[in-house]
Amino acid sequence: MEFLTEFPALGRRDLRDLRLAIDQSFKNFSREYGEQIEATFDPLLQFLISFERLLQSTPWPVFIAVVCGLAWLASRSIRIVIGTAISFYLIGLFGMWEDTMSTVSMIAVSTLLCISVGLPIGVLMSRSDRAQSIVTPILDVMQTIPSFVYLIPVVMLLGIGKVPGLIAVVIYAIPPMIRLTNLGIRLVDSEVLEAADAFGANPWQRLTQVQIPLALPNIFAGVNQTIMMSLAMVVIASMIGVTGLGQPVLKAVSNQYLAMGLFNGMAIVALAIIFDRISQSYGQRLQKFRQNGQ
Amino acid sequence: MEKVRDGMTKERLNDEYNHVLGLNNINLEIPEQGIQVVMGLSGSGKSTLIRHINRLIEPTSGEVWIDGVNVLSMSESELRDFRRQRASMVFQKFALLPHRTVLENTQYGLEIQGMSDKEARQRACHWIERVGLAGYEENYPGQLSGGMQQRVGLARALATDADILLMDEAFSALDPLIRTDMQNILLDLQSELKKTIVFITHDLEEALRIGDRIAILRDGRVIQQGTPQQIVLKPKDDYIADFTRDINRGRVIRLKTIMKPDNGQPGPELSGDMLVEDAAQLVTESPSSHARVMDGDSQCVGVVNITDLIRAMARPDIESRIEDL
Repeated sequence: MEFLTEFPALGRRDLRDLRLAIDQSFKNFSREYGEQIEATFDPLLQFLISFERLLQSTPWPVFIAVVCGLAWLASRSIRIVIGTAISFYLIGLFGMWEDTMSTVSMIAVSTLLCISVGLPIGVLMSRSDRAQSIVTPILDVMQTIPSFVYLIPVVMLLGIGKVPGLIAVVIYAIPPMIRLTNLGIRLVDSEVLEAADAFGANPWQRLTQVQIPLALPNIFAGVNQTIMMSLAMVVIASMIGVTGLGQPVLKAVSNQYLAMGLFNGMAIVALAIIFDRISQSYGQRLQKFRQNGQ
Repeated sequence: MEKVRDGMTKERLNDEYNHVLGLNNINLEIPEQGIQVVMGLSGSGKSTLIRHINRLIEPTSGEVWIDGVNVLSMSESELRDFRRQRASMVFQKFALLPHRTVLENTQYGLEIQGMSDKEARQRACHWIERVGLAGYEENYPGQLSGGMQQRVGLARALATDADILLMDEAFSALDPLIRTDMQNILLDLQSELKKTIVFITHDLEEALRIGDRIAILRDGRVIQQGTPQQIVLKPKDDYIADFTRDINRGRVIRLKTIMKPDNGQPGPELSGDMLVEDAAQLVTESPSSHARVMDGDSQCVGVVNITDLIRAMARPDIESRIEDL
């Protein structure tokens, strides 16, 4: 009867040995290669730091003007531009300008990284069913695994700092970019592709002139999701040393500073709404040619 | 493959090997600078046939010879060049690029050829004007009607300057009036451009109207090929006869087919290539009941009278009924 009530688990000692063995081998691995791996990420760190410095040293009126200019170019909506200006003004007024600049630079770099890595992977997935069947479960794991779990090996390997934070953010935020690129390209009308073939397009021309342009609305939905998810990671990333709006929130949680948490939380929400509206209305403008049709 | 050559039927192939036999033993010689129509109902294999010509669908076996070159032996890059320079295509559902304007769509083939933007633009504008779309250059396909979209498709195919034009049910998705319009545009352009056109259709009326030669396809086989007159006057079997029964023969049969030896009767002088229907109109309006049929050198080669013309237009089953009375 004992067999039915007690699960035949591995012995306590076996389990401990197993855990120790895994931990030890990863520790050895990170001691062995940690510095080399860190060195390969050095250019990224330099880029991240110099971008952050650039944003923080830009006079605030110039920054607001540039962001509003970008908002206008992307959305052509005066309401979004005014909303953007007011939000940044309020953020500065409440003394969160510097932290906000750190966060914006983090989000910008991680989004760029997600696009430049995610787009090729998405294209590859769309071209081969085998690639799709390999990548899809990996993406499922990346999206569902609690972020604290992969923070552990990342910190063991790279220590605490901006780069491990950035990697944690990218792991969390890249799946929608890959998925929606793949989906967008697969949804391109097969008859249009046949026409491209009939006119003698080579695979590169087919990709750049037909598939990607027609998948662009979906790809842009992916970019939008990626930005939103990187913002969601701001607080968690601050636990491993990423500066920005996340750190005051973390401090507020551990010390029960209600107002501090609220202000910084609201700043994150404001950034999220601004980025979301700008990228969404740009995505919609990309589909304009569809709205005129039947 | 061998099993089919040894006489296995399409149904048995499908049952036993789960292969669908698309086309079997097709031999078509397509005349240069003419319109070859391939007619068949859906499922007869005509769209597969036209895609074998530029290898959008690879045939299991066979050869496609164009000017002494076998298309099936071309390497990938030779095939691309062939598609870019020599054979362009018009599709049933237009297959335009929805994110490009009319002008950019027309330029598409030229872009792939690697032509400079300025030259491509000039050429595209020329063809847009020729198909009657001047003024719509900056519109998107989604803003145009079906007929206009297919004009863009036609302009895009013509712009590449390919001497072979593959048209896959190009006008089938259009409503009847616009279809007639497009047929006129095509015939107009063809009289000047003299391209080699392979035209797929399921509509016999359309086939007879524009084809110089017609091949009729059924279950992946050619069951008859010849000129429109041959198809109408000498249908090879009941299947084709059924098809041709309701056809307006006056628009297919030409005077030289029905004329009688010259007996000196006076009347309007008409070309031997004139359609019976047009001749009937002219003879009815003239004081004479005869017409003189002329050849290309203005020599009289025969005469027709009004009864010949009416008889030519009558349906064969009506003729036999008259004899029964």
